[in-house]
Amino acid sequence: MAVTDIRPTTAAVLETKAAGKPRNMGQIIRWVLLFLGGVLMIMPIAYMISTSLKWPHEVYNVNLIPKEPTLDNYTFVLEDGRFYLWFINSIIIATITTISNLLFDSLVGYTLCKFKFPGRQIVFIAILSTLMIPTEMLVIPWYLMSQSFGWLDSYWGIMFPGLMTAFGTFLMKQFFESVPDDFIEAARIDGLNELQIWWTVAMPLVKPALAALAIFVFLGNWTAFLWPLIVTNSVEMYTIPVGLSGFGDEADVAWELIMTGAAISTIPTLVVFLVFQRFIIRGVVMAGLKG
Amino acid sequence: MTLYRNLTIKQKQIVWAWAFLAVPVVFYVVIRFYPTGTAFVISFQEWNLLGSRTWTGLDNYVTLWNDPVFWKVFRNTFAYLIIGTPFSLVLSFIIAYHLDKLRFMHGFLRMLYFLPFMTSAVAMAWVWRWFYQGVPIGLFNNILAGFGISQIEFLNSTTNALPAVLAPAIWAGLGFQVIIFMAGIRAIPTSFYEAAKIDGVGWWTVLTQITLPLLKPTMVFIVVFSSIGFLRIFDHVFNMTTNNPGGPLNATKPLVLMIYDTAFNGFNMGYAAAQTVVLFTILLIVSLIQLRLLRSE
Repeated sequence: MAVTDIRPTTAAVLETKAAGKPRNMGQIIRWVLLFLGGVLMIMPIAYMISTSLKWPHEVYNVNLIPKEPTLDNYTFVLEDGRFYLWFINSIIIATITTISNLLFDSLVGYTLCKFKFPGRQIVFIAILSTLMIPTEMLVIPWYLMSQSFGWLDSYWGIMFPGLMTAFGTFLMKQFFESVPDDFIEAARIDGLNELQIWWTVAMPLVKPALAALAIFVFLGNWTAFLWPLIVTNSVEMYTIPVGLSGFGDEADVAWELIMTGAAISTIPTLVVFLVFQRFIIRGVVMAGLKG
Repeated sequence: MTLYRNLTIKQKQIVWAWAFLAVPVVFYVVIRFYPTGTAFVISFQEWNLLGSRTWTGLDNYVTLWNDPVFWKVFRNTFAYLIIGTPFSLVLSFIIAYHLDKLRFMHGFLRMLYFLPFMTSAVAMAWVWRWFYQGVPIGLFNNILAGFGISQIEFLNSTTNALPAVLAPAIWAGLGFQVIIFMAGIRAIPTSFYEAAKIDGVGWWTVLTQITLPLLKPTMVFIVVFSSIGFLRIFDHVFNMTTNNPGGPLNATKPLVLMIYDTAFNGFNMGYAAAQTVVLFTILLIVSLIQLRLLRSE
């Protein structure tokens, strides 16, 4: 049960009398309108998937359900081989970046939260202040840096700017506040060193926050476009969004193929969402409000 | 090791803290602070990546000030903000407000609204680009034609292109804002509503006197979050206008696209860096306004 679901809804408070009785007309109209709005919201996704299953001659029809569904477009796009490569690239990059953020953001957040040491305030403010610097301002220096160190067109080049984030550090620091100092003291008396305390005592207590951070970082890197577009040159190094962007131009008016590419890039995150729905929405709220 | 053993508990803490922070501090200095400084420095130089870097003082900024394209881009960037932010704020509030009052299939409805947030901007830009094509290709114009309504030029029109590009950006962010609004509404203590019920006040009074005032922090957060997003719009514009980036006639070009063009197509690094400094300043001002609004709480 998500945290946000425990409280009664406003309606539950205002309409306790109506509870149990058949819903009144207003509630039915409200439900129908919200349902129609929701259906409208998923139409772009529905049409993307529907078109990816259509034969070329049916693409320009407005019907949502394909008359003769086919996986031909998927076979065609995947046999080309590039989407497969881009998919692997995106998985590798998003996974490594996520792991790096989980480790470093939580380590820094933990240190800033639980240690007393000279310079703590300065480090905290310095990291927090980087939230003010937009990525777009850094892409030119990063590009020059990558050029002089030979990082262009490599996994490392795509990944290095995102290995740690101030957002994640701040989020984790907030959550470590809720870990009682007594636990840490007790672990110290038991003879654990600080690294063990962080890893075996503190980290398990902030698992929900780690999960929320993981979702944000993974999704962010899976869909990242500007920096990968700048830093990659060769087709083999593209991530899914960069590859899809070029593929769209190249496929020109073969919209069923473009929709297939778009579906390939979108379906994994949609599936993850549908499986972990409650969990992800709770994570989004936590990250949004605390971060 | 003996050296470490001789330290007091406090001193050991300091050693551990800095050991934990060593790598991250290097990262933040090298990957965040140093590049920020570099961006400022390059903005005062002329450099085409191949030749030498020459100091030109404020030349880049003067050129920018006198560049009609920049002002067009400046207006576009704020148009995205000024249309996008209120639209998404009002829409997401209306949805959240009503969704909060429903329990029947609540999770399902919420899922419908949230799903677009999980999509990738590039993929969805291409889907919407297809929607916007003329008859017989695009979905929207095909539907209009089905009703016998004349075609609308979306992406090829200098007036319609910007809202057309903005629509998927609003669409994708809406679910997130709905979720944040609902969390804000749920956080309002139920005692307020119970008191209102006892006093027998109407729903409009409850909305305007209780719900909206207490949602102010949530609204400030959403406004700032979405404002920054719209000011930095790029993925949608780039992908919906790849045949003529930022077109037609720069009608959709936002600042980030201008930066990208100047730096990585024109290789005019100094000029592009000056544009990033302008973007930084705009975002800084927006963030400071947010801090002020929050302080006045």
